[in-house]
Amino acid sequence: MAPICTFTEGCSLSIFTRFLGRLGASLVVLIGVSMLIFFIARIIPGDPARIALGPRATEAQVDQMREALNLNEPIIVQYGLFIGDLMRGDLGMSLYSNRPVMTDLVEYLPATLELVLLAGSMMVMIGLPLGAISARYRGRWPDNLVRVISLLAVSAPAFVWAVGLVLVFAYFTPLFPITGRISDTLELERITGFMLIDTLAAGRFDAFASALHHLILPAFALSLSGIGQAARLTRSNMIATYEQPAIEMAQAYGFPENRIARRYAFKPSLIPSLTIIGLDFAALLGNAFLVEVIFAWPGLSRYGVGVILQKDLNAIVGTVLIISATFLITNLIVDFLVSVLNPRIRLSEGNK
Amino acid sequence: MKRAAYILLSNPLSVIGLLLVGAVFFCAIFADFIAPYPDHAGAVINFAFANKPPSAEYLLGTDVVGRDILTRIIYAYQVALGMGLVVLLIAPPIGVAVGLIAGYIGGWTDFILMRISDIFLSIPPLVLALAIMGLLEPTLFNAMLAITAMWWPWYARLVYNITRGEKVEGYVLAAEVIGASKAHIMFREILPNCVPAIVTKMTLDFGFVILIASSLSFLGLGVQAPTPDLGSMVSEGTRYLPDSWWMTVFPGLAIVIAVFGFNLIGDVLRDVLEPD
Repeated sequence: MAPICTFTEGCSLSIFTRFLGRLGASLVVLIGVSMLIFFIARIIPGDPARIALGPRATEAQVDQMREALNLNEPIIVQYGLFIGDLMRGDLGMSLYSNRPVMTDLVEYLPATLELVLLAGSMMVMIGLPLGAISARYRGRWPDNLVRVISLLAVSAPAFVWAVGLVLVFAYFTPLFPITGRISDTLELERITGFMLIDTLAAGRFDAFASALHHLILPAFALSLSGIGQAARLTRSNMIATYEQPAIEMAQAYGFPENRIARRYAFKPSLIPSLTIIGLDFAALLGNAFLVEVIFAWPGLSRYGVGVILQKDLNAIVGTVLIISATFLITNLIVDFLVSVLNPRIRLSEGNK
Repeated sequence: MKRAAYILLSNPLSVIGLLLVGAVFFCAIFADFIAPYPDHAGAVINFAFANKPPSAEYLLGTDVVGRDILTRIIYAYQVALGMGLVVLLIAPPIGVAVGLIAGYIGGWTDFILMRISDIFLSIPPLVLALAIMGLLEPTLFNAMLAITAMWWPWYARLVYNITRGEKVEGYVLAAEVIGASKAHIMFREILPNCVPAIVTKMTLDFGFVILIASSLSFLGLGVQAPTPDLGSMVSEGTRYLPDSWWMTVFPGLAIVIAVFGFNLIGDVLRDVLEPD
């Protein structure tokens, strides 16, 4: 297959230009997401003003609300006004919490991010080694064991893992707490909203331990299917690398198998694996909805489900936008890391 | 095809997968005959037998209003498989058409179509389905619609990548030289080469559609009561943990069994049909 050069994947561009290209493409996609979700929210059956006010409001009140929400303008104008407000950081009021949507998002996002980031680290730190072991012992029992475990891990929805873990590690053997982010008896000032950071900033190591203790079980439940996915991916990428002549040569030279696995098979397969793992981050953000419900985690997902059940349009649009933006930013970071790791990009013409 | 069937039957993993999937289909199709209490699939209330642990009479126990959990799981498989079939009848054709056209025509068509599918792909799948369900009414039909909307771009991506590789192959050039139409080249020349990848993905996806559908109803945004559904059974049961563990554990296991079965088959199929 001939190498194809599009404007997003530069051949022999410097890392910086490449990053700028990706950034531009992500912005285009984000604008697209805002259009998609905005238009879906406007074409649904039912009058948003009526939904906002409830069935007991009078016609006059509904008309007033329609005027206030600019619902009488053409949809393109409405979208323009929406983007204008968005630029000023205004996503409208939430009917669910009676506060600006932006305030709600800022309050709930850190809890979800903390959960998702820890789950993501677990996915990389457990999934990659498992996959590497599987490929190293291909066809023998460690391989079969890892394959079955990782297939089981991806076969259960996150809420089933969450229930299972809660039953085993919280009810039957009370090792971990079941709800919340930190012990109720601890008072803590909110600085960033990230418990692990806030507790450290306050120099409260007891609180940090408590926060970590609360975080481990939900994060593990969230990461399990990701671990399975990462292990499967690493295994198949590594096996593809194992079939390259370079490995055969290393074997012919009599290099130890473990060294071949680590240096010559694992490292080259890391790059394609990382790219896909960045994409799997989307699944973590989505599955956080399921895990937060079980652990009564006060995060964005619980808010999201609340606003969806209330048909709170502004809040639904805001939640989807912030989640997509988080996902796109993560992928930019992963992409940047990959281009730094990948010698073909790092050392290409453009960087000389 | 014959070779694929032979390999599926000779690999122990895929045989287990076939057995699991076969059992799930059997339950769904013959639900009326094998369910111990067929009327418990509806809104029956039977407080005398509420909240009973597994016993000879109720093999997997009963729920809070006294309905047999085994019966409800068997009927829930009907809903889950129906959902999988409908989504996989609609989403792949849309995605395949988009991927073929974008990949073969190229240029601006490629740019616009693939950017549109990027937009769908950059909203985490569950979140997009949730938002659509939230904006529409939570019904079975809308759940299928929401899941289809999040599913087609994956097929577009898959077919697009294969098409980009195939279109520089000799057989495509030959067809172009003798003046075959674009439609002929896309659907009669390139498409057959995408079929193995599409079939593998559909097998794996059947399980994942069941998984996503159960996640939607777990959050109260999928199939509505009294229709039995695995996700909503788990969510209802979590309120009675840990004492009434059977209300969550068995429906949860039922999901894992079905999805695991499809994944086992899909995994072996992938090794056979897509040797890299």
